[in-house]
Amino acid sequence: MTIVDFTPLPALIGGLLIGSAGVLLLWLNGRMAGISGIFGRVLSTDQSGNGWRILFLVGLVLGGVVWALMGGDTGAITIEASTVELVGAGLLVGFGTQLGSGCTSGHGVCGIGRLSPRGLVSTLCYIGAGAIVIFVMRTMAGA
Amino acid sequence: MGIKLSGLLAGLLFGIGLSISGMINPAKVMGFLDFFGQWDPSLAFVMGGAVTVYAIGYRLIMKSAKPIFGETFQVPTRSDLDARLIGGAVLFGAGWGLAGYCPGPAITGLAFGMEQTFIFFAAMAVGVVAFKLTMGAKS
Repeated sequence: MTIVDFTPLPALIGGLLIGSAGVLLLWLNGRMAGISGIFGRVLSTDQSGNGWRILFLVGLVLGGVVWALMGGDTGAITIEASTVELVGAGLLVGFGTQLGSGCTSGHGVCGIGRLSPRGLVSTLCYIGAGAIVIFVMRTMAGA
Repeated sequence: MGIKLSGLLAGLLFGIGLSISGMINPAKVMGFLDFFGQWDPSLAFVMGGAVTVYAIGYRLIMKSAKPIFGETFQVPTRSDLDARLIGGAVLFGAGWGLAGYCPGPAITGLAFGMEQTFIFFAAMAVGVVAFKLTMGAKS
């Protein structure tokens, strides 16, 4: 193992902001900042009380817009996956996060922050599965 | 009104945090998952920072009787580990490794106008709806 491309300071600052966003939503609205949960509810037949959820998702996109307007580095964004891989990955992420009731935000940030056993186990499982997929893909590509 | 604006504000801050952290770049996420090759530990610092802030904030906030807006805190109460939790996390993780996108960065990433992000986002929405039509509880 070699360490490459490590950017500890922006990572830490970004992480502190992400945690603060979760704290803000809990303090003001009493809600978990679980993005797959919010997204899933917005795509459900029950639209009652979805106003804040839709605006949260709009805010997520606006956060990227603000970053780009501030001159943030967006040129470095590299998407290696092919179209077929993107479609397969999107289906897996959409289906999997609904089946498993959460993703990196709800189970990862909020769940582990609350010392929830479900959050911790979910996080270990998705990081493990992701690492296996990367290992297999990069081993095959290098073979 | 307060509830809606709070949602917008929290989403905005979350999106800026994802952008600054570099997690909007799928290559960085895939670099973190490449433990046995060229490893980029940045995601661990993002997670560490976010979890630390949330852990402290959660403890302080939950001492109050109710949130500023709204009547109650809506916090998950389950602590059981079932097959859905684990199976769902494994499927999600496989997709996460395949493209380097989880839901947050895929949504914030729409701001940068890359075609691949829109393809992933559309497939993710289809995956969510597919779950609701097949295995989702009636709601």
